[in-house]
Amino acid sequence: MLIDAIRLVFVNGIFDASASSELPAEIVRFSQASADQQKIIKQHLGSVIEGDKHLFSGLNNAWVDEGVLIHLKAGQELTKPVYLVQVSQGAVAHAINHRLLVVLEKNSRAEIIEHFMSTEEKQSHFVNAVTEMVLQDNACLQHYNLHLEGEQQQHIGAVHVNLGRGSQFRAFTLALGSQLMRVDYQCHHRGEGAELNLQGIYLPRNQQLVDYHTNIQHWVPHCTSNEIFRGIISDQAKAVFNGRIHIHPQAQKTLAELSNKNLLTSNKAEINTKPELEIYADDVKCAHGATVSQLNANALYYLQSRGVLRADAQVMMSFGFINELLQAVEQEAVRQYLSPKLAKLFGRDPVLDEVES
Amino acid sequence: MLSITNLHAKVEDKDILKGLNLKVNPGEIHAIMGPNGSGKSTLGYVLSGRDGYEVTQGSVEFAGKNLLDLEIEERAHEGLFLAFQYPVEIPGVSNMEFLKASVDAKRKHLGLPELSAIEFMKLARESSKRVNLDAAFLKRGVNEGFSGGEKKRNEIMQMMLLEPKLCILDETDSGLDIDALQVVAKGVNEMRSPDRSFIVVTHYQRLLDFIVPDFVHVLSGGRIIKTGGKELALELEQKGYGWLEEAV
Repeated sequence: MLIDAIRLVFVNGIFDASASSELPAEIVRFSQASADQQKIIKQHLGSVIEGDKHLFSGLNNAWVDEGVLIHLKAGQELTKPVYLVQVSQGAVAHAINHRLLVVLEKNSRAEIIEHFMSTEEKQSHFVNAVTEMVLQDNACLQHYNLHLEGEQQQHIGAVHVNLGRGSQFRAFTLALGSQLMRVDYQCHHRGEGAELNLQGIYLPRNQQLVDYHTNIQHWVPHCTSNEIFRGIISDQAKAVFNGRIHIHPQAQKTLAELSNKNLLTSNKAEINTKPELEIYADDVKCAHGATVSQLNANALYYLQSRGVLRADAQVMMSFGFINELLQAVEQEAVRQYLSPKLAKLFGRDPVLDEVES
Repeated sequence: MLSITNLHAKVEDKDILKGLNLKVNPGEIHAIMGPNGSGKSTLGYVLSGRDGYEVTQGSVEFAGKNLLDLEIEERAHEGLFLAFQYPVEIPGVSNMEFLKASVDAKRKHLGLPELSAIEFMKLARESSKRVNLDAAFLKRGVNEGFSGGEKKRNEIMQMMLLEPKLCILDETDSGLDIDALQVVAKGVNEMRSPDRSFIVVTHYQRLLDFIVPDFVHVLSGGRIIKTGGKELALELEQKGYGWLEEAV
């Protein structure tokens, strides 16, 4: 990805200093942490995770010997995004542990991109990634979690977030499928007026699997959640979307929306979607919905009537289905990186995009 | 150019066209008027090959071919163009990408190479200017969030890019203000040529002040019940359709 960022590159879980940027004081590997930073790590690591809800974090805990801490003090703002790249390399299977702890104190702001990638299709590494983020009052975090790994890869990922009063968490996630691709989001509104915006795209093909589980818990009043996931499931692939919003009795005046739309492009593709609202407060505004569909017949006819071959029209419309979310991605570098990659996935000419923009 | 003989068609077991005959020669403009539900839109859909519109009898010859044998996209490649009454919104598919795909498909059919992205951009910008559509619309989703007038102008722009032999305008004037109507009419008039024909489906005589037809047909009950010159449209405007239907 071409981006002017603070870059941290890990190859099979090992930090690659030569490929990484010089790190500012706010970003440190656990092994290099100062006494003060160690205190922060001790205070927060594992504090966001509810262990019984995410068993793989236990495994991650057992293996933690390295990780990254991003810690911003009150009012601090990083001038550049932080770009963490996890590269899986080589044919020999590795078990890769990735741990990220983000602590944003009051009024601080950061943008973080986590990018998981493989150098070849054939890799069958096991990746266990756990990200914990603490947003204190009025902190603002833009977070990207991108999974473009090889088809044989097994990935268990989790993002755990605590949102303090008036904080903002804006997140985008994308996953191509693999043998096992599971990503969890566990978010907690713990301070009033917190805002969460989570958008996701999943695109399993062949015999791949993508498995997204999100759980947003409103513990306090006046918080907002807006969650949109879209998936295209092709061939004999399978996807699971389990999105849950849990509104506890104290969480009055909550605004929460959850939408999940799916497109099946083959009659052997499978989606299991389960949007859930669990509401224990009586003065809230919530909506949730899921759809599973094929391509819109009217639109297909319209394109064909202009001479576009049916097969090409199907490709255009499939891409269009997720392109809406892609175009809404705020970080231009992420958008520019993903657009041609996904366009290629749908057999589309990316040159036109470049000229257009 | 187009020869329709005894065409019968049904939609969901309901007979709509019941023995329609129409012959359109190169360069001619035919207006089709008629009451609601008479089959005007159905005719356009049947000719373009829309699913669910089943031809039960009759034949349609277009440019020397049996039109009814062709796929939807093949009909377009042969030079048939239907400007829709309600153009479809397709969010996420950029107008530019869509237009290039349609032009390239047509060029491929003609044995011409695809246009480069830059050549196409130039062409598309020129066409959008001709229909008074800001070039910014090219980047938007197909018809996404376009006003009624913008959608219709987008249809005319597509028509310009595809240079069809036969253009069917299905109530292109509905929902247009006077300015937009003139833009659309100007676009159509610019495209008039001795080897291009038009079928203009409309409810209102007003459009025919701007696009002057050679023939006016009245479609009622799935058949053409009267044919005349452009003055017939004026007569219909005054008298309505009742007197014709009673006479049949």
